Amino acid sequence: MKKIIYIAVLVLVVHTLSAKTIRIGKQQQVKTIQQGLLLAADGDTVLVDPGHYHEKNLLINKSIFFIGINHPVLDGDHTYEIISIKANRVLVDGFKVVHSGISSIEDYAGIKMYSCRDVVIRNNILEDTFFGIYTQYGTNCTIEKNTLVSFSKEEQQSGNGIHCWKADSMRIIANNITGHRDGIYFEFVTNSIIWRNISEKNMRYGLHFMFSNNDAYISNVFKNNGAGVAVMFSNHVKMIHNYFEENWGDGAYGLLLKEISDSYIETNHFVKNTAGIFMEGASRIQVEKNVFEANGWAMKIQASCMDVTVVHNNFKGNTFDVGTNGSLVLNSFNNNYWDKYEGYDLNRDKLGDIPYRPVSLYAMIIEQNPPAMILFRSLMTSLLDKTEKILPSLTPENLKDEHPLMKPLPL
Amino acid sequence: MKKIIKYVIIDILRNKIVLAYTVFLLLISVTIFNLEDNSAKGLLSLLNIILIIVPLVSMLFSAIYVYNSSEFLELLVSQPLKRKTIWLSLFMGLAASMAFAFFIGAGIPILLYEATPTGFMMLGTGLLLSVIFVAIAMLAAVMARDKAKGIGVVILLWLYFSIIFDGLILFVLFQFADYPLEKIMVGAVAFNPIDLSRILILLKMDVSALMGYTGAIFKDFFGAQTGLIISFCVLITWIVIPAWLSLRKFNHKDL
Repeated sequence: MKKIIYIAVLVLVVHTLSAKTIRIGKQQQVKTIQQGLLLAADGDTVLVDPGHYHEKNLLINKSIFFIGINHPVLDGDHTYEIISIKANRVLVDGFKVVHSGISSIEDYAGIKMYSCRDVVIRNNILEDTFFGIYTQYGTNCTIEKNTLVSFSKEEQQSGNGIHCWKADSMRIIANNITGHRDGIYFEFVTNSIIWRNISEKNMRYGLHFMFSNNDAYISNVFKNNGAGVAVMFSNHVKMIHNYFEENWGDGAYGLLLKEISDSYIETNHFVKNTAGIFMEGASRIQVEKNVFEANGWAMKIQASCMDVTVVHNNFKGNTFDVGTNGSLVLNSFNNNYWDKYEGYDLNRDKLGDIPYRPVSLYAMIIEQNPPAMILFRSLMTSLLDKTEKILPSLTPENLKDEHPLMKPLPL
Repeated sequence: MKKIIKYVIIDILRNKIVLAYTVFLLLISVTIFNLEDNSAKGLLSLLNIILIIVPLVSMLFSAIYVYNSSEFLELLVSQPLKRKTIWLSLFMGLAASMAFAFFIGAGIPILLYEATPTGFMMLGTGLLLSVIFVAIAMLAAVMARDKAKGIGVVILLWLYFSIIFDGLILFVLFQFADYPLEKIMVGAVAFNPIDLSRILILLKMDVSALMGYTGAIFKDFFGAQTGLIISFCVLITWIVIPAWLSLRKFNHKDL
């Protein structure tokens, strides 16, 4: 057995030694990257000196390590796609990719992968690109520690930051994305993870999920995006420990869930959104240990949702805790902390003795008649709310937290 | 004029009701800020005080004071003094003492605990509301000769401004739910200083909720520089017009 390992190691070492390194730069033998890429063979390393390179479209069709020293600038002159990868096991590391072309027919990108697997894109800076990093039919690729900045003004004239279409087992880790249409875009992507990214000030969504099942996104920050984060037509999605912040406007939601099922939303923070979570046609969702703070509506659950379980969350300083559009309630609320709860706890079990109704009459009125917002927090509406609390008539009878917590959870 | 204002203020201070009002406000604001663990809730309670108690006390006290000093007014009128001077001095004395009471009672705790834009907006609108409702009460008092009737009118006016007006708005909103009423509502608010103040404060406090579609319209109007200036001009108009009307009435009144 040992012998076999030795031989294997030896073969590996020999294999590694056989690979060569090609240096590209003004002072080197190879002056242009195009030339360098032609010279390279599978397993070679292509090292690029600092400088400003205008080299049209760079096509990588061999399994090479393509590494920039001190972020050499690859310029697309507003006309070309900059790097196209059409091979497996490629590494692109440490470039500054700027000014890609903009087209409404082709999806030009800073770095685009065509049906590859095991590609690693890391430590790059992308500025003013149409699409940032784009994969189609990618498998087991890693997109890590990139910074993507775009300056788009209109949705039609802009592309997505990290765009994955029909991919599997992707890892999107610690990227910084601003100013694109959607920060991260997933369509038909499965078994993938989005971890520790910061996506802010994008035109549309910070993260956009469509038809993507069995994915997880963990510890990301989505801040101040045009419409927040959207997760649609997917199932088995895990959303853990993310921050959804300052998504303001009509139709802007911290998290928009549409037609999704069997998912977990845990230990997230929803702060200062017009609506923290908006759910439509969602079923079998576990919402647990989240913090909802200073939102307009902490949650809006449409009557089309089913089996949504909301337990052990903190609701603090929200204008409205829960909003809904009908009287049908097939969801359950239990053991949450509501700062508006006015009940008591006689037996000292830290649970309130009377149920809390998170939907106020006024929230229902606004749902039906939005201009009534003008009466917000007036004596009139607080009187209406008080009478409604004693004798519920308009608000859904079953929407209540039977055992609200008296003290907030340490989240 | 200065002498009369000084006399009015001293007289108001001597009668201790305003002093009690100040202490009451101070006590409530300090307790609110100390009791609530999150300051948003504290501000909310304070908002209710500013919008409900301040107009009520300002109006009732001013009306009663005007009626009780009718003999003093008669005495002053017999002196070589312009009626305008007498009436405006009375108004200024009352307005100054109510505004001062509010500033000490609620303003100082706000400045101490919550020196944020929301706090400053509360302070500003609270001061204006104190003065506005002094003016309105004086108009009511000069219109009705009978004391009971005058005070009744004042209470009705307070009910109107704090509840009935909103009820009417809600009624209109539901009757005409099929029409786009957002812009009309912005205009309607100008007819009630309490509503106007409330919206100005809320724009600083509940921004998140107000960024929905309809709210965004209010935000666009009241939140913008011009909207803010217009709103304050409207509030000042609410002082000037009642004061001017009451002055006109007082000039020709047979005491």
